[in-house]
Parts: sequence; structure tokens; C-alpha cells
Amino acid sequence: MIASAFGVLFDGFAYGMLLFLLSVGLSVTLGMMNFVNLAHCSFAMLGGYVAVTLTNEIGWPFLASLPVAFLAAAVVSVAFERVLYRRLYRATDLDQCLLTIGIVFISVAVAAYVYGTIQQPLNVPAYLRGTVSVMGQSVGVYRLFLIGVALVVTLVLVATLEYTRFGAQVRAAVDNQRMARGLGIDVDRVFAITFALGSGLAGLGGALAIEIVGLDHAFAFTYLVYVLIVVAVGGLGSIAGSFVAATLLGISDMAGKYYFPELGAFLIYFVMVTLLMWRPAGLFGRR
Amino acid sequence: MTSSAAAEPQRYLEAQIRWRPLEIVFWLATLLPFVLTPSYLVLASQIAITALFALSLDLILGYAGIVSLGHAAYFGFGSYTAGLIAKWGWGEPLSGLIIAAAAAGLLGYLTSFIIARFRHLALIMITLGLGLLLAEAANSASWLTGGADGLQGVRMWNLLGIFPFDLYGTAAYGYALAMLFLLFLVARRLINSPFGLALRGIRENAVRMPAIGAPSPAHIRKIYTIAAVIAGVAGALLAQTTETVSLETLSFQRSADVLVILILGGAGRLYGGIVGAIIYMVARDQLSDINPQYWYFWIGTLLVAVVIFLPNGILGGLARLMPSGRSRA
Repeated sequence: MIASAFGVLFDGFAYGMLLFLLSVGLSVTLGMMNFVNLAHCSFAMLGGYVAVTLTNEIGWPFLASLPVAFLAAAVVSVAFERVLYRRLYRATDLDQCLLTIGIVFISVAVAAYVYGTIQQPLNVPAYLRGTVSVMGQSVGVYRLFLIGVALVVTLVLVATLEYTRFGAQVRAAVDNQRMARGLGIDVDRVFAITFALGSGLAGLGGALAIEIVGLDHAFAFTYLVYVLIVVAVGGLGSIAGSFVAATLLGISDMAGKYYFPELGAFLIYFVMVTLLMWRPAGLFGRR
Repeated sequence: MTSSAAAEPQRYLEAQIRWRPLEIVFWLATLLPFVLTPSYLVLASQIAITALFALSLDLILGYAGIVSLGHAAYFGFGSYTAGLIAKWGWGEPLSGLIIAAAAAGLLGYLTSFIIARFRHLALIMITLGLGLLLAEAANSASWLTGGADGLQGVRMWNLLGIFPFDLYGTAAYGYALAMLFLLFLVARRLINSPFGLALRGIRENAVRMPAIGAPSPAHIRKIYTIAAVIAGVAGALLAQTTETVSLETLSFQRSADVLVILILGGAGRLYGGIVGAIIYMVARDQLSDINPQYWYFWIGTLLVAVVIFLPNGILGGLARLMPSGRSRA
């Protein structure tokens, strides 16, 4: 099957937007606190399961479950931040990696215990299914919806960071945490809020991902690698970097799957290693 | 490290190189499975192989401070090399092991030029990326590796021409244990040398070491290559004793597992990887019979607990309970 270049670009872009939602929170928190949170995708998985439970068990409409997925991931992440993460802000990369990968293990086991190891079905409403024709090309409605959500989120994020007082505090803390503290900014509080927002976005991404990539208990592991690639390639603490890296990764992954299926994921790993060797701090990173 | 060590490195190293009674007891105890639990010799050989792999990671992570999420690349490369040699008709174990170790070492030497240039997150991501690259390459080259079905048709000749690799695992455990002990001696000598001290210097402060005239990138390349050789031996042992090679030997899961094992035992201690491997493998053997999913719940809980309460692993926790700091082997 030879897919049209437009189809590949469109699907790749939609996939990239999904990766962007999943990873932008991690990028900002990593840039601010240098905290390597490998459990980021566990919060995404939580959002996914919340959406599945609400729509399938209780019968909520899919759209109404999305904000709840966001909230649930945000609230749970703050609890973790308060109890566990806070103790390790000054610890080494390795300790942070290990703590959070321990949380990933636990979350995967708990998900398998509660929901089993099968793919979770999700009933997407009829108006999000099928395809529409845009400029003579047929595109999936759901992917269009996904791109719309991601673009709105991006606009809101950029506007918040650029034009609000809170955004200025976040940027100051990312640029120079010590200096920001010296200026009287409560970096811990700013960080907790940013962390909650970032995890919430991951939860939203997890809920939106089900229709595209499915959801099972191993989600937290499978997408961890992709999210890390986006963050590392884009550069820490950079929303623009995450956006570009996610788009690049989404399109190259999709193109690789269509045109060189025998290579598998080889292409994206190759792109990542090459990019990192060229620019170790990422495309938009400054450190 | 005590302050006298800084004053007299020569005497510090000489004190470290002496064998402690506990160490001799430990190595004698590794012979016990032959007598006490002959039905568990297959598991014992797996433990010895995992311990060797963890020892290899300890050299770069525990001593030189290079965090790697892709160390399975060298394990799997050694495993496939040994498996392929046997499949192509040369089933002699020892020479196959040496060839596999050399192949893994060559791969390690080539990649060490990349590794020595990076630190922190970029390093973690590059090791992860290189490991995933190799795993994908092995998956794609199914004409060579058998792909997801694993490498079939590996037939080993008798060890030293006498001992067959059988279902009981007697030869397998003896072989793996001998290799573990041999390479442990090498690692022990290496760590208690000026070179070993230089590695610890790199771990503590990577910027200052070149400033006092130590060629850090060269040291990193050297230890990374050595670690790759040891990982290759571990992989080759697994291929030869099980007479099969699967893609799992290259997987991220294996890289993560060995990291967990080393941290549980205590990184930066020669016995850390070995103790971690014993605890991890025995616990997994007992618990995963119930359900493999829940096994990860316990290992995750253990990881969180170790990071929060025992920052230096199980051996580090034990050493803190001891009155003197001498158990820092």
C-alpha cells in the first residue's frame, strides 16, 4: 500500500501533536527543577484509564471525560510531588530515575491488577468517527479533533507563559532557579502548580491517545521512550522545542512505518541519536 | 573514603587489595548449590550470569559514574555472536566465549568514543538510543538473528570436551561461576589500582579530573570497553548454557533490570551487583510463579524504598550498621 504523502504528513502531524501533549509537561518541569520524572507517562496512563472508566462503566460522554482525566492526573501528581518527589530535588539524576521508574513499575502492576492486561475499548461518539474531505484529501475526523485540541492547548500555554504574571515566574524559575528564589518567587509553589498542569496535560493526552494508539497496562513504559525522545531532542524547558521535536518525531515515525515497515522503529532512534550527537542540549536547549 | 586515603593512596590501595575473611567465605559459599540444592543449578547459573552482567555495569556506573540505560546492547551482542558461531558449526564453548567477548569489546570500543563526549540527560538518552537501535536492527535482520522467534539451532559441544550442557545445569553453573570469579578478580584488581582511583575521581568531579592532568575521556573509553567485554561474556554464557538467543537479550527491559539489580545491591561496591543479582533472581523465581505482573509491583516498591531509605543500596545499608567502615569492599 502506497500512502499519499499528504496522508502520511497529516497522520504524522496528528501523532506528533499527541506526543506533544504527552511530553510538554515533562519538558517544562525538567527544565525548571532538573527532576528526571520517568513516571510522567504513568500520569498519562491514569488519565486514559479515568476516561475509559467514565465512558464505559458510568456512560459519560467522551468529551465530558476529558476534563476529568486532566483533573485526576493533576491531583494525583501533586500528591506524589508532595510526598515523594520533594525529598529528591537535590539528589542525583540516578536516584531520581530510580525512584520514578519504581513508580512506573508500581503503576503498571496496579493497572494490570485492576484492568487486566487487555487493550481497553473506548466508545468514541459517532461525530468523531469516519473521515471528512479537506481540499480533496480525506482525513480522519478524530485526528483533526486531536490536532485542534493540541493547537488550542499550545496557544493557551504560550499565552499563559508569555503574558501572565505566573508565566513570568515560571520562565524565571526555568532560566535561573536560584536567582528566581532570590527575587522572592516561591519556586516550590510555582513548581508544584507547573507539575500539576504538566501531569494534567499528560492525563489529557493519555485519554486522547486511546483512539489512536490504544491503552493497556504497559502504556507507561511504551510511551516513556517516545516522551523522553521528544524532551531530549526538543531541549529542556522549551515549549517550542517540544512542539518541533514532537512534530518531527511523529512525522518521521509515521513515514518510517509507511515507507520502510521492515525498519520498524529503527528510523526514529537513529534520528534521535544523530540529533543528540549534533546538539546534546536539544534543538532549542540552552544548557 | 577516609582522609588518610587521600594522603597515602599507595597504602590505601594495598589495604583494599587484601582479602577479607568474609569474602573468602562468600566465594566458598558459591560452591554450596552443587551439594545443597542440585535441583536449582539452572537458576544458580542464571544468577551467576546476571551477577556478571551487573558487575560489568558497576564498573561504568558505580565507579566511573556513567549512567547507562542501554547496557544490554553489549550483553545481547555477545549473546548473538556466541550463538551464531555455535549455529555455524563451531560449538566449542571457550573459544566461542572469547570471540564473543572480543566482538562485544569492539562494539564497546567504537561506541565509547560517543559515550566519552556526553554527560547527564544527553548521555542517558544516547545510551538508551544506541541500545534501542541495536535491538531494532536485530529485530529487522531476522534472516540472521531469527527475529522475534529467537536464534534456533544452537548446539554446544561439551565443555572442555568432557562436561555436557544438560538439563540439570551442573556444567552450566560451574562454567558461569568460574567465569564470574575470574572476571571478578580482574575487576577487583582494576578497581584497586591507580586507574580505579582515577575512575572514582571522574565520578565525583568530571571537570576537575582533566584539570589535575588525568585524561578523563581516555579513562572513560578504557573502562567502557572493558565493561562491554564483561557484558559480552555474560551474554555469551547465557547463549551457550541455554543454547538459544532471544531478542530479549537486547531489550530495554534487560538494561533496566540490571540497573535495578545493581542499585538494590549497591552501586560502587564490587559485591553490590552480585548480592543484588542473588536477591533479585531468587525473589523473582519465588514470586513470579504467583503472577509476573505483581512481581513488578514489589520490585517497584522496593526501588522506591531503597531510594528513600537506603541511598547506597543494601550493601551500603549494611556497611552503615557495621562499626567500622572497613566493609567497603
